[in-house]
Amino acid sequence: MNPARKRTVRLVVALSAAVLLASALIYTSFSAASPALTPSQLLHVAQPGRSYIVTGTVAAGSVHRAGSVLTFDVRDRAGATAVPVAYTGTVPDPFREGREIVVTVEKHGSSYVGERNSLITKCPSKYKTAPAGENQNA
Amino acid sequence: MAVVIVICSLLLAALVVMLISAPLRAASRPGSAAPAGEDGARAPDTASAERRAELEAAREAKYREIRDAELDYRTGKLTSTDYGVLDAQLRSEALTILDEIEALGGAVPEG
Amino acid sequence: MAGLGYACLLLALAVCAYGIGASLYGVRRNRPEYCASGRRSIYALAVILTVAMGVLEVAFLSNDFAFNTVAATSSRTTPTFYRAAAVWSSQEGSLLLWAWLLSLWSSLALFLTRKRMRDVAAYATAILLGFGGFFVSLMIFYANPFATSSPAPAEGVGLDPLLRFPTMMIHPPMLYSGYTLCTIPFAFGMGALIARRLEADWLKVIRRFAFAAWLFLGMGILLGARWSYSELGWGGYWGWDAVENASLMPWLTGTAFLHSLMIQEKRGMLKVWNVSLVLATGTLAIMGTFLVRSGVLNSIHAFGGATLGVPFVCLIAVLIGGSIYTVVSRRELLRSENRLDSLLSRESIFLANNLVLVGLCFVIFWGTYFPLISAALTGQEASVGPPWFDRYTVPLALILVLLSGIGPVISWRRASLANARRNFMAPLACAAATLIVLLAAGVAHKTFAITMFCCAAFVFGSVGQEFVRGTRARRAMAGEAPARALLALVRRNRRRYGGYIVHLGIAVLFVGVAASSSFQHASELQLGPGQSTKVGAYRIRYVEPTASVTPKNDRAHTGSTLSLGAVLDVTKNGRHVATLRPSEGFYASGNPAEGSVSSLIGGQAVSHIGMDGGITRDVWSAIAPNIEAPGLKRIVTAGNATLPPEEAGIALVYLARAYLRRPPPTQFHFLVSPLVMWIWLGGLIVFGGGLIAAWPAPSAVRSRVAARSRARALRGLARA
Repeated sequence: MNPARKRTVRLVVALSAAVLLASALIYTSFSAASPALTPSQLLHVAQPGRSYIVTGTVAAGSVHRAGSVLTFDVRDRAGATAVPVAYTGTVPDPFREGREIVVTVEKHGSSYVGERNSLITKCPSKYKTAPAGENQNA
Repeated sequence: MAVVIVICSLLLAALVVMLISAPLRAASRPGSAAPAGEDGARAPDTASAERRAELEAAREAKYREIRDAELDYRTGKLTSTDYGVLDAQLRSEALTILDEIEALGGAVPEG
Repeated sequence: MAGLGYACLLLALAVCAYGIGASLYGVRRNRPEYCASGRRSIYALAVILTVAMGVLEVAFLSNDFAFNTVAATSSRTTPTFYRAAAVWSSQEGSLLLWAWLLSLWSSLALFLTRKRMRDVAAYATAILLGFGGFFVSLMIFYANPFATSSPAPAEGVGLDPLLRFPTMMIHPPMLYSGYTLCTIPFAFGMGALIARRLEADWLKVIRRFAFAAWLFLGMGILLGARWSYSELGWGGYWGWDAVENASLMPWLTGTAFLHSLMIQEKRGMLKVWNVSLVLATGTLAIMGTFLVRSGVLNSIHAFGGATLGVPFVCLIAVLIGGSIYTVVSRRELLRSENRLDSLLSRESIFLANNLVLVGLCFVIFWGTYFPLISAALTGQEASVGPPWFDRYTVPLALILVLLSGIGPVISWRRASLANARRNFMAPLACAAATLIVLLAAGVAHKTFAITMFCCAAFVFGSVGQEFVRGTRARRAMAGEAPARALLALVRRNRRRYGGYIVHLGIAVLFVGVAASSSFQHASELQLGPGQSTKVGAYRIRYVEPTASVTPKNDRAHTGSTLSLGAVLDVTKNGRHVATLRPSEGFYASGNPAEGSVSSLIGGQAVSHIGMDGGITRDVWSAIAPNIEAPGLKRIVTAGNATLPPEEAGIALVYLARAYLRRPPPTQFHFLVSPLVMWIWLGGLIVFGGGLIAAWPAPSAVRSRVAARSRARALRGLARA
């Protein structure tokens, strides 16, 4: 096989391998992904056994700790629908009522169990750009 | 306070304008023929000066290749036959570059 | 004073616009004085932005709450050290930091290249001023750091206590230096393509800045990981968070670029690869900045408002479109001068290395932007978690480590199979020995860790072999003592042996990663004083509670008002291992409506980790004391009802005393992670090796070496 032919063969093999791996990657990302939902969406679509990512605000007065389990309600950012979550695992420092959080949950009966160590609390809103001239009070 | 701010801003602006326009003023001064250094007008042999820089960079890279090949041989990555062939090839490539530099004119500096 | 700062921004924008015009006019009409003027615009930009930065710093240090950013992120009770760092904790301040660092590094780059590559430098100037102008415009129109309010508030909100760690001073400037340094090779690469000047000189200039970008970005990333692990309460150093990934991607392409640059120098190959990598690195750096600043992806770091998203997307579209167009239209200039001689050669290992690094970058890119991709394709935003990332990055990382061990042992151009076999014996023996030891230790089920340890052993073996053989060869030539020979060897072949040290560091780092992820013990504990529990082979005992109240005017440490914690005693098989002192710091909320006492402790609570680090393992713990426990809550409510704000501090003393006297059972997070220290040590070795590799030899040595080489070249040919 002359060198030019060898090079073409190598190129074809390499490209095919790349395409195959990329396809595997893309396919698994869609099947392994957890959709990000608001609490009201979660109530509509949640099925037992599948995990979902829910984002919302921690409802005021809903945070309770019993042993190693933290229970709280996740509310829609703009709305009243709330979903109860029972969570075990690391609780980030910024976590408190009124903060925006992201947590992965699975439906168990009528309640939702938070996946271990999946709780993320977004940094507080004071990092958002303020329109010029407005008085800043977090 | 506002007056101080305005004065400071104007001073800063003036400084900036002076800094930026210096090359333009220097070039438009009558009799300013190709001052050396960063503001130098394009020298007539700029093209060849840049070719020279390019060749010198290629020469350094070739020297490095020769030394790398020798180190490869001494650390056992090349057999002596392979090294002999490679070494001769690299040296002739180096000489081609050296010849080109000499052809550009002037003495070839040591280094 | 804010007026001066704002004036600086306006002046900066004018200078950027002028500089772009002057540089482009100068290069197209062959008027070098305009190019010089354009270059000076960058110096001027640096001066202007330094003044602006100075104005903002002074505002923070002098508590000028008329400035909105000062009022939002600083306060009289924020310690001075953190007030200075608070400048870049806000959106506006961080944009100013970015622009300022860009102007400084660009000035340095253009100063160093002022005598060469006139065409290329002129285009690069225009591009860099374009970036500068973009960020300055963002500040003028969207996020003004010099916006003021009147009347000025009497007290600011204070720096978020989560940021009150020393690393806060270093991590953002280091990371931003890395990002802005990535734009310089981008600008010079684009400039070289536009001017159609892609010869050897261009490579030399770009390499220096690409290396600086690699170094700073890498250190910034490592600092972030270290901060996350040793100062935040979750005990991990890498979470595949969007912002972490965003900084890793340009670092990966930068690493690929530094490697394949060597191939272009030696053989004139991989030119398309190199320009693509350089342009990709710059674009990914801008995309990384976009991710952090626009809040477009859910992330623990998601700072910034949605208003910045649109301008950034436009800029990124221009960068990507412009890059692709320029590369395609200049492709005749990028033809390879040589071809790959053999698959068994160092060139082909470098090519494989490129592929793995780009593959890693693609995986991370896909996973990071997946929420946006899936929203665009399926209408439903979905995200992938760490398990998905691990599934693909782990095998790629293994291949990467393996390649870094194979590379040093193979020769350039064409290695002979017999020779290769001989050279691989020692490294393979190291790997095999490691495998036997690990299997005997009974850890056969941890396949990833075992494979990584064996690959790392392979690297140790091959790099060690290189140093031994090199020293031996040097001694044979120059007859020096071993230590001197080794030193001389490294000094005369910095790039090669510096590179070997980098590979060694990477192997050490991945050993740390493998060990700490596969062999970690983690548990949540609930302990009361005197109680103990067993975690794996360790016994943890809650010895006693700790509490401290910081007086209101105390500027020391971080400014927390109340700190509750515990002393933990950790033993293993009866032998004392460590004493840990985790605590939780409470901060004032600045909201008097909560109540006089509640407002003193109602702000952000921050975990202070108790950790005992060692070369073989780290013992780590975090505490979450329950401030809502009945005994403590009673004191807070009583205080709110009876104490005025100026006297509310006394309630904190009662709280501390109550906590010490009758501490409630408390939640602890406890970790034993083996070999975590190796990660930081590995990182230091990597950067040390990089510095050795990139350090220019003193010119006297260089000309001596060059003269000798020339003489030998002539002599050699006479012989042939």
